Amino acid sequence: MKYDTAPITGQAHQDTIHDSAIKHVTGRAEYTDDLVEPTGTIHAYLGLSTCAHGRITGMDFTETLAQPGVLGVLTADDLPGVNDVSPNGKNDDPIFADGTVHFWGQPVFAVIAETRDQARRAAHKARIDYDAAPHALDPIAARDAGMGYVTDPLTLKRGDAAAAMADAPRRIEGRFAVGGQDHFYLEGQIALAIPGEDDEVALHVSTQHPSEVQHMVAHVLGVPSNAIVVNVRRMGGGFGGKETQMNLFACVAAVAAKRWHRAVKIRPDRDDDMTATGKRHDFVIDYAVGFDDDGRIRAVEGDLYARCGFSADLSGPVTDRALFHADNAYFYPDVRVSSHPMRTNTVSNTAFRGFGGPQGAIMAERMVEEIGYALGLDPLEVRKRNLYQNGQLTPYHQEVQDQILPRLIAELEETSDYQARRQAVLDWNARGGVIRKGIALTPVKFGISFTATWFNQAGALIHIYSDGSIHLNHGGTEMGQGLNTKVAQVVAEAFQCDISRIKITKTTTEKVPNTSATAASSGTDLNGMAALDAANQIKARLTAFVAENWKVAEDQVAFVPGHVRAGDQMIAFNQVIRAAYTARIQLSAAGFYKTPKIHWDRSTGQGRPFYYFAYGAAVSEVSVDTLTGEYVIDRADILHDVGRSLNPALDRGQVEGAFVQGAGWLTTEELWWDDKGRLRTHAPSTYKVPLASDRPRVFNVALADWSEATERTIKRSKAVGEPPFVLGISVFEAINMAVASVADYREPARLDAPATPERVLMAVERLRG
Amino acid sequence: MTQLQFLLNDTPVTLTEVGASDTLLDHLRLTRRMTGTKEGCAEGDCGACTVLAGRLTGDGLVYEPINACIRLMASCHATHIVTIEHLRGPDGGLHPIQAAMVDHHGSQCGFCTPGIVMALYGLWMTDPGADEAAIKTALQGNICRCTGYAPIIRAAQAAGAAGGQAQDALARERAAVAERLAAMRGGRITVARGADRALIPADTDDLAAALIDEPQATLVAGATDVGLWVTKFMRDISPAIFIGHLMKEISVEGDVIRLGAGVTYSEAAPVIARHIPQAAEYWQRIGGWQVRNAGTIGANIANGSPIGDTPPLLIALDARIVLRRGADRREMPLEDFFIDYGKQDRHPGEFVEEIVIPIHRQARIAAYKITKRRDSDITAVAAGIRVDVADGTITAARLAFGGMAGTPKRARAAEAALEGQPFAEAAFDAAARAITGDFQPMTDMRASAEYRATVARNLIRRFWLEQSEPGLPVRLRLTEGV
Repeated sequence: MKYDTAPITGQAHQDTIHDSAIKHVTGRAEYTDDLVEPTGTIHAYLGLSTCAHGRITGMDFTETLAQPGVLGVLTADDLPGVNDVSPNGKNDDPIFADGTVHFWGQPVFAVIAETRDQARRAAHKARIDYDAAPHALDPIAARDAGMGYVTDPLTLKRGDAAAAMADAPRRIEGRFAVGGQDHFYLEGQIALAIPGEDDEVALHVSTQHPSEVQHMVAHVLGVPSNAIVVNVRRMGGGFGGKETQMNLFACVAAVAAKRWHRAVKIRPDRDDDMTATGKRHDFVIDYAVGFDDDGRIRAVEGDLYARCGFSADLSGPVTDRALFHADNAYFYPDVRVSSHPMRTNTVSNTAFRGFGGPQGAIMAERMVEEIGYALGLDPLEVRKRNLYQNGQLTPYHQEVQDQILPRLIAELEETSDYQARRQAVLDWNARGGVIRKGIALTPVKFGISFTATWFNQAGALIHIYSDGSIHLNHGGTEMGQGLNTKVAQVVAEAFQCDISRIKITKTTTEKVPNTSATAASSGTDLNGMAALDAANQIKARLTAFVAENWKVAEDQVAFVPGHVRAGDQMIAFNQVIRAAYTARIQLSAAGFYKTPKIHWDRSTGQGRPFYYFAYGAAVSEVSVDTLTGEYVIDRADILHDVGRSLNPALDRGQVEGAFVQGAGWLTTEELWWDDKGRLRTHAPSTYKVPLASDRPRVFNVALADWSEATERTIKRSKAVGEPPFVLGISVFEAINMAVASVADYREPARLDAPATPERVLMAVERLRG
Repeated sequence: MTQLQFLLNDTPVTLTEVGASDTLLDHLRLTRRMTGTKEGCAEGDCGACTVLAGRLTGDGLVYEPINACIRLMASCHATHIVTIEHLRGPDGGLHPIQAAMVDHHGSQCGFCTPGIVMALYGLWMTDPGADEAAIKTALQGNICRCTGYAPIIRAAQAAGAAGGQAQDALARERAAVAERLAAMRGGRITVARGADRALIPADTDDLAAALIDEPQATLVAGATDVGLWVTKFMRDISPAIFIGHLMKEISVEGDVIRLGAGVTYSEAAPVIARHIPQAAEYWQRIGGWQVRNAGTIGANIANGSPIGDTPPLLIALDARIVLRRGADRREMPLEDFFIDYGKQDRHPGEFVEEIVIPIHRQARIAAYKITKRRDSDITAVAAGIRVDVADGTITAARLAFGGMAGTPKRARAAEAALEGQPFAEAAFDAAARAITGDFQPMTDMRASAEYRATVARNLIRRFWLEQSEPGLPVRLRLTEGV
């Protein structure tokens, strides 16, 4: 008897399309604003402060309440529970300003009306009076004004950096300002709250962290978490901007839903979204590096001042991670790096892909560049001389054990023809002329795991129905990264069934509780493992059942494509499931996973916070117009490590997208506040994220297909979301080189980031003298 | 008539209650719950709301991508609005663009995807063999935050190669749609939602009459600016007179181009490319494709933006405009139209009817647009430069700048430094020095005063380098290496 045992579709390590791809391209993928609205849905709209810092002396809603369709106004006094959505227990993040506003654009109240347009118009009719106080916008101004920290700073140290610095043959100091970044997720913040009976509320929201939304809504309503259900089918982009920033919107919708007992939707306009929600932290970095005549680093000292905004939000772990990556890929024999999470009168900054890591890494690359220019060496040579060797300790005392950068860089250098192209760039620039070129190869070593160790857990739920169809649920959220697809591939492979048999359902706090944010690049690592655990539980029961029912030893039972083999019998999967159901075998399992081996003691600054490192490198070549400061990326070559890829097509998409987003951060994406403290780049007309024409003209992206995670990660794959973002630094370094050419590389260009055409031109003018 | 008519996918729509500020996107999403079209920014900059607008032109039925978020309903009259829901392949499955996007992993979060599919659909119909440069130009108005665009560009190329245009629904039904749209055209249309009124004149004479009756009315052409008054500033634009379908004439007689005020950037592009080729690249950097398909040159001028996409170039070319009030017309040099920031020489009841652009076949001409981001960015500094040279001497110099003052403005000191001088580097060095006195630019989020001043100086230098050594790599090129 012959059985069709062709390989299943959608198994692990295959290029499988995103599970929603067909819905995306046909417009049938439903985002929160697309869901069918319950009858009688009403709308909330936030009223934002028009003062960067000051006491509220009066609030007059007379005109607001007189507008058509308006049902009422919510202020800090109208919240049944706490007026706080701080994700860290610091109780410093009010939903509505309570007496004092701390930044221009802070939510002060919400208007509830029959339509969104009515609520929005009415919100602008409110009159709020302020007694303005002085404000400080940037971290240095905040330091000088004595604003203090929003959260505890951290110092990482190993050895005696000051002594080693004093002993180093050479030493360079500098200050480097690195800009922030708006997420510009295409789908803005949005929540739909549907009131239930008793204390219940169900929400549909665009969040990376459904469990936190659940807990926040419960606190703000003053009810237990079991009354709240949070659902997320998908987000139209997250990038960290929906890790905590959704909480406020969900809470406002939920409070209004209970108060008026109607479904309530809240969706800010893009300008309000960008004004009122947190962004990537900008940093001012004071660095000092001691090195020898060969370019080997002896000592590093760094002070990283972050613009945290008015509250802590995630600034603690973000500024911690900046320190964790202040070495990027390089061994510092003696080191002291300190974070300064400064309180500022700006929106509270938050998670953004890389989570402070890119800001730390760029400090390392700036120092390497300084050393290269000081010694007349190609910075790549300096990089190679300082790469970690296995067994060396990071500034947080974790031993590097999985270093692959020497091979990876060597391969990229070869495939990108780096040396010849660098010579061509030097030759081109030597001819003088308006257009100058630059080329740079920069690596990344990115630590994978939440540094809050307890977040490194995940759950999943699998049901197999009696018709053999599989229902898969896990605690992660889908924001475009393909998490659902990858986890489904893991399950498809476990059961040896086609991926089409698996229905990937919306994330909901009803099915998997107490989940962590889908963040820190950890989604697949954690949820893939949890789903595999659930699958294995069911497989174990099925194996025992099949062995008994078909009378073979358990080791004679195997899951093969579309079938279960029992000895020499092949039984169709559906048939096995039907029989198992009839025999009263439980066909449902909850899986769980926690990352092993990791630990971190913040009080000593030591531990093993990361399960493993992901690596990569990029070569970027740019042309710069020295009359205007404009530039183009002529070519980028990337070789990136995702271990044994679960889905090379999706991973490549992550690498390409992260690189372009990273390049955007360091080039055209500029956050600009005026002297009143108003963010003036708050929509795509003024805030410029990369377009198709900004991508490298030649863009070669490859995965290091020989790499395999040394730790027992999910099928030996590695995280991919954040690490390649750091590779955008190669574009920045290349621009610096092109600029430095106008002064014959006598000194580095020392551009601040983002390197807007303006900054580039001003640096050219400065170097020309 | 008091009803608005258009074709939405395959459904004829007749609306009697329409306000001047009603947007197409809200009509699709809120009224009809057609949620495939997304709102990303509500200001025409991200493209998530892209739909196709088909309309009858002198060349027949033309489909163009536009931004539904700032497309006001009244300007949809007698058009065929095509949304993502209408896309189907010949067999009812995925359209070739959609299939290619799936095959090449062109969507991640998927939110921008319907808009990108629609922009690429517009390109696929009109330029099946589009190369990468053309694809990037077509996507100037679409932001994708996830993919880095690589797979989208691959998908566009694959779909172009796959072909199938003749079998496409919009091609097969072209004659029938054209007939239906033609039947919708006719006399003046007035519609309102409460006090919010819109008027669509039958023709230009009707516009002239309507504006005499209501001189305070807001004139709306492509709404690429007025749309933001509605969506961002929540301004009341009523009563509004919609003129985007009027004044579409383009003619070239001798050395003069005449553009009706309602000619869009896209419609003017071929004639600009042919007769002022030095401005072709500049022209392609005005807005994104969707904005160029909607925005008109007349409105660009009439709005009096201090940056002005077209005025610096047009002033340098000695363009003139025709203003009309009732049956009366007057013509003036374009530069005289701009009196001060936000103030133009337009009388009540008057409208810009025509732009008259001399073709300077022997002149040395350049148009420069300097922005933070190359494409779809509001200009930091715009420059139009024209230098006439006879026997080695500069006989005339016109240097007009945008972004340097409250209005688009000539750099008269720099011009004076050039005129009468030998066509040589020294004259341009002198002009670059002189221009410092011409402007006191401002600092804002786009650029600092210092940057603007430096760039203005350097653009004079760029002009000289380009003119003196045409082969010299002076400008960045997107499509080929320098």
